[in-house]
Amino acid sequence: MPPWLHFSPEELTAIALSLKVSIWAVVVSLPFGVAAAMLLARCDFWGKSLFTGIIHLPLVLPPVVTGFILLILFGRHGPLGIFFADVFHLVFAFRWTGAALACGLMGFPLMVRAIRLSIEAIDRRVEIAAGTLGANPAWVFITITLPLILPGVLAGMVLAFARALGEFGATITFVSSIPGQTETLPLAIYTFTQVPGGELGALRLTLVSVIISLAAVLVSEWLARKATRHTHGT
Amino acid sequence: MLEVDVSHRLGSFNLDVRFDSAEGLTALFGRSGAGKTSVVNIIGGLIRPDRGRVVVDGRVLCDTQRRIFVPAHWRRIGYVFQEGRLFPHLTVRQNLLYGRWFTPAAQRHERLDDVVDLLGIGHLLGRRPALLSGGEKQRVAIGRALLASPRLLLMDEPLASLDDARKDEILPYIERLRDEIKLPIVYVSHAITEVTRLASTLVVLSGGRVAAAGLLTDIMGRPDLFPLAGRYEAGSVLEAKVAEHDTAFDLTVLSCAAGRLRVPRVDLATGSEIRLRIRARDIIVAVQQPQGLSALNVLPGRLAEIGPLEGPIVEVRIDLNGQFVTARITRKTVHDLQLAPGREVFAVIKTIALDHRSLGLSGRPHDTPQRADHKRF
Repeated sequence: MPPWLHFSPEELTAIALSLKVSIWAVVVSLPFGVAAAMLLARCDFWGKSLFTGIIHLPLVLPPVVTGFILLILFGRHGPLGIFFADVFHLVFAFRWTGAALACGLMGFPLMVRAIRLSIEAIDRRVEIAAGTLGANPAWVFITITLPLILPGVLAGMVLAFARALGEFGATITFVSSIPGQTETLPLAIYTFTQVPGGELGALRLTLVSVIISLAAVLVSEWLARKATRHTHGT
Repeated sequence: MLEVDVSHRLGSFNLDVRFDSAEGLTALFGRSGAGKTSVVNIIGGLIRPDRGRVVVDGRVLCDTQRRIFVPAHWRRIGYVFQEGRLFPHLTVRQNLLYGRWFTPAAQRHERLDDVVDLLGIGHLLGRRPALLSGGEKQRVAIGRALLASPRLLLMDEPLASLDDARKDEILPYIERLRDEIKLPIVYVSHAITEVTRLASTLVVLSGGRVAAAGLLTDIMGRPDLFPLAGRYEAGSVLEAKVAEHDTAFDLTVLSCAAGRLRVPRVDLATGSEIRLRIRARDIIVAVQQPQGLSALNVLPGRLAEIGPLEGPIVEVRIDLNGQFVTARITRKTVHDLQLAPGREVFAVIKTIALDHRSLGLSGRPHDTPQRADHKRF
């Protein structure tokens, strides 16, 4: 391996942290994403437009603003921050959990959108047929709806993962950039560019970012193709 | 067995339907938009009616007065949809076994092997629905509904999307459900050929109301219902028995109260009960025994009734020794031959007009089941 490809322990920490934060962000937001997508695709309720707007807010707000709102709500003295600390012993402020929260929130609209589109594409008559065979609505969802929207769910997860991996503004505003705790790949790259002689480190981490993102897209393409082949039997 | 008395409003369409039916196959017949599908959707629990009652086998599934509404997944009513609606992500075997999963073990009365045999779908089990032909899909859909061990099977124009060859492929299987499994069936159709071949009870719907309901043989002869059936296909139904086969000329002789009828050969054992549909346009009326005629069937009878004398065509009902057929003749014929009720006439029916589409196994409720050796004609 050429010497310039030798990663320092700090760089390896940033890579590991970024993966951890992004994966947690995607996994924890997934059930909420599916629920929100079902709600938007299937239900009509009072205030639906407002609900849609709030879900899409992170997509249109400047990330710094999102980060600041998180700081107000989930900071040590924020109402939700106090609630989570008291009830679940879960602290977000200046922890990797806070980075995961910021990353998850930023990717949420993308995830919901992808899943919602796949729910809307389902032939609902097939679900009705499942009902006539004795399946209650929960079983219909698990055995029919979920498998049929799988490609959309995978696509949504990859989009959210990619968004989480690249998240910068909200994270640095909400939880700052603490090496080993909240300093994810983009933050580490930014830090490297701010110190003299940091270009090589920045380059190495950039390369890693590209490889991880590309791998995620390829894996999701492969999974989606497999899922589609599965559903269409060709 | 089945009691329906419901009214329901769908946009500007008012459905107000009431009928009972016994065992066997009940056909809901009528033109598109007559409300047939809405009625089966109400029976199946897919539509909640504004008012009324649905009782299947003594079990109240819906009663708006008593605020009873059993949801579809608790009704144990099978539903075969016009478009099959197979689960695209499951194999044929998984599709077939889907409903079984939700059926309590004690109530499973159908076995996979039997149903697969009955429907002839053994070679398809490993495939996915996308690779099946239309007829295969429909057979799998029927099997899937059966394996949920339903108390009643609803079939909403299950053959409508298929061509004639595929229809002929599936009709015998539906006859077997009726005769071998003895499953009560409600069958929606706007095709008179399917209805006369399959039904024991007929409910004619028109504009959201029941225009007529009763035994098929009684209803089919009623000239006043012809406009609903479509004049081209209008006709009467006779119940007959296979008397003998004329192997030299490839014909089969049927006997019924009306007399002996020769039809193109059918592969049924002698003594088999059979149902025969004769289109009113295929009957010639003669006032004397005709001679030197190519038509093989000349049945003596008595003119029972003459329809309204207006327009070029008149429907007349002929009493053939207690069995009634309807013939469509010109008003000029009625005038020229001085036809009047009570007049002795001969009904002349071409053998050719009685092809396999006119014939069906008799589906009367209390028949002893006829075995599989006469599946097809």
